[in-house]
Amino acid sequence: MLIRMLPELGHFALILALAMALLQAVVPLVGAATRRPLWMAFAQPMTWGQFAFLVIAYLCLTASFALDDFSVAYVANNSNSLLPWYYKLSAVWGSHEGSVLLWGLILGGWSFAVSLFSRRLPRDMLARVLAVMGWISSGFLLFILLTSNPFERVLPNVPSDGSDLNPLLQDFGLIVHPPMLYMGYVGFSVVFAFAMAALLGGRLDAAWTRWARPWTNIAWAFLTVGIALGSWWAYYELGWGGWWFWDPVENASLLPWLAGTALIHSLAVTEKRGTFKNWTVLLAIFTFSLSLLGTFLVRSGVLTSVHAFANDPSRGTFILGLLGLTVGLSLAIFAWRAPRVQSLAGFGWLSRDSLLLVNNILLVVMTVTVLLGTVYPLLLDALNLGKISVGPPYFNALFVPLTALLCLFMGLGPLARWKRMPGRELARRLALSAVLAIVIAAGLPLLYGGSFSLGVTLGLLLALWLMLSLARDVFDKTRPAHAGKAGRRGRLANLRKLTPAYWGMVLGHLGLAVTIVGVAMVSHYNVERNVRLAPGDSVDVAGYRFAMTDFRERQGPNYVADTATLEVTRPGRGGFVMQPEKRFYTASGMPMTDVALRPGLFRDLYVALGEELDNGDWSLRIQLKPFVRWLWLGALMMAAGGLLAVLDRRYRRVARRDAALRRAETPAAELNDDRVSPEISR
Amino acid sequence: MRANRKRRLVIVLALVALVAVAAGLTLYALRANINLFFTPSQVAAGEAPLGRTLRLGGVVKKDSVERHQDTLHVSFQVTDFASDVEVSFDDILPDLFREGQGVVVVGQLDADGEFIAQQVLAKHDENYMPPEAAEALKAAGNLPDGSVPSS
Repeated sequence: MLIRMLPELGHFALILALAMALLQAVVPLVGAATRRPLWMAFAQPMTWGQFAFLVIAYLCLTASFALDDFSVAYVANNSNSLLPWYYKLSAVWGSHEGSVLLWGLILGGWSFAVSLFSRRLPRDMLARVLAVMGWISSGFLLFILLTSNPFERVLPNVPSDGSDLNPLLQDFGLIVHPPMLYMGYVGFSVVFAFAMAALLGGRLDAAWTRWARPWTNIAWAFLTVGIALGSWWAYYELGWGGWWFWDPVENASLLPWLAGTALIHSLAVTEKRGTFKNWTVLLAIFTFSLSLLGTFLVRSGVLTSVHAFANDPSRGTFILGLLGLTVGLSLAIFAWRAPRVQSLAGFGWLSRDSLLLVNNILLVVMTVTVLLGTVYPLLLDALNLGKISVGPPYFNALFVPLTALLCLFMGLGPLARWKRMPGRELARRLALSAVLAIVIAAGLPLLYGGSFSLGVTLGLLLALWLMLSLARDVFDKTRPAHAGKAGRRGRLANLRKLTPAYWGMVLGHLGLAVTIVGVAMVSHYNVERNVRLAPGDSVDVAGYRFAMTDFRERQGPNYVADTATLEVTRPGRGGFVMQPEKRFYTASGMPMTDVALRPGLFRDLYVALGEELDNGDWSLRIQLKPFVRWLWLGALMMAAGGLLAVLDRRYRRVARRDAALRRAETPAAELNDDRVSPEISR
Repeated sequence: MRANRKRRLVIVLALVALVAVAAGLTLYALRANINLFFTPSQVAAGEAPLGRTLRLGGVVKKDSVERHQDTLHVSFQVTDFASDVEVSFDDILPDLFREGQGVVVVGQLDADGEFIAQQVLAKHDENYMPPEAAEALKAAGNLPDGSVPSS
């Protein structure tokens, strides 16, 4: 009996979560404004309650999928009794309603994490942060309940079986890509909440940036991994072998990433030097707004894409309203509360500060160009000025030179000192790196045996410039006091003294260099051949011989597949077998290409089965993709760098000091003292 | 203080110049890379420019798909049930390409009125019609209920 009521229970849980989110949004905020500790103390329990009920709602929906309850419309539309169990569980976020629920759940999770790990914050700050997150949560839960209820039933005519999950989504990629991406998207709400809380509390000093930095890094790392996973998924799933299409949905995830990258760097300046304060707050607002914009673009159905499921205009209007409200309100608060006092610390033309300023300007320009190319067609369409699309050449023409420029300054940044850096010293330290980068970049393509390509040389040059300047910096930073044997020991000791934050920066920048190598190589040395083959035929592509030895039909769990068997050999080396498939999913009647991949660190072989031609031949697309793995490897390194920086001792030191402070207070005192620091009264 | 103010002025001017240059280049790149959308009727009426990348939406005409015997070359007609456009394509067609299904083709019109496709987009769902294709049919008055079929 209880099992049949699961969807209703889930629905009630959602309503309760909304009620708690509203309390979490209002009460602590009023409490912080009127300095009532009890009201402020509402924030944490409400956050926990909200999260608990979201988990219950989410589990109810998952259970409906697991138990094949096709009386739930969402389950009936996105699942099937034959679907393997792991896809049933991930089908929960396979379409609109469930993925919005996942969004809400993850937001609840972030709020929960903030309430757990930020208890050392001044109480009014914590109350405000959680209240802001409560507002966001309320908006999204309202959105779910009013327009996208995943628990809606189809009664009384319950379908006997579901119409199956879209075959494109029946893949490992669906299991990992959306949750990672959402962790990133939603994670930026934390830094947004911190910025808002700092504005509301009138405490726009460097302290809030120190609290917000680890959260921002983690969110950014998740988003990086999410984008990389999406690119990897599109690569092997769509059958073209492309890894980035400048599709509006991809752009939607790239936009907050670019802004978030700028934010990470400007947070560093604000924390270290106390400058860029207003700018950092603005960036925090924009980053989260771009996350919301991404959600709007993907969820509203204004885009035509694999990702855009919803075509219900009320949903689009609702998210657009939410977006407008967030941007409008936060900018209004910013205008009202941002400090007028200019920061006193200045900096020279050439300094780490100024280089980071350049980084921020370039990243913002990149964000704006991508935003323009993504939104421009939508605007024209909305204004009835015609239907257009903006092609990849636009993005490439702007993005590539901007990235090159960014890398140029990125090589300088880590070596420059705060405040002022003599140009001559910088030039002296980097001359060797620059020369080496140029020499190796010119020589490497010859070694690889490929024809000369400006793109590859340029890409390698930038990547080497980044790597070698970082190597130089590590070398200089670990320079021992003495020469000789003692010196070598001293270097090792110095190496150990470098902080996790520093290593995080090094790893992140190296990651970008690795990604650039991948992009340059795969874009210019890619080999693609479309061939037609029948069993018994063979074809030579890029030094490999592909012989089709067999072709047969195979029965999968919920599909029938035509499987080709190709024996791939290379003169003088052992061979291997590749089996591309054309699947036909019986429940939905959809065909799907299943690519055969032979991955490698320096090249991928990629074979996709096309279609059966009139005389029984099959068309095949065979590709050799050099260095394509480096793209995602680099992204993983960037993410790891972001996480590594979070481990830096200075965040923990603050934690320990504050924990000691907390212990010093007696419980009674804690109840009465609302820990309003002197800064609050401006 | 004065030096400070002067420097700020220089920074602001540099920023304005940078933004202006960036905006100019962006608009130029945007203008050069916009793919306009056309319906088969518009193409038949000669409204579509030659030699520019554009998008054509409609339905693959029944019994119009012809494959070359030895190569991958394929030709078909895209129709809005008022006019047809001959499309030629040299690559592998997407999974959901069928006669009678909505497609969007990206490519260029040659002097003979043939559309040389670089890309054929069919959507990833059986019941789904690309909105641009639906639009073309609507414009030609051939979508009886006037609704856009969706997933």
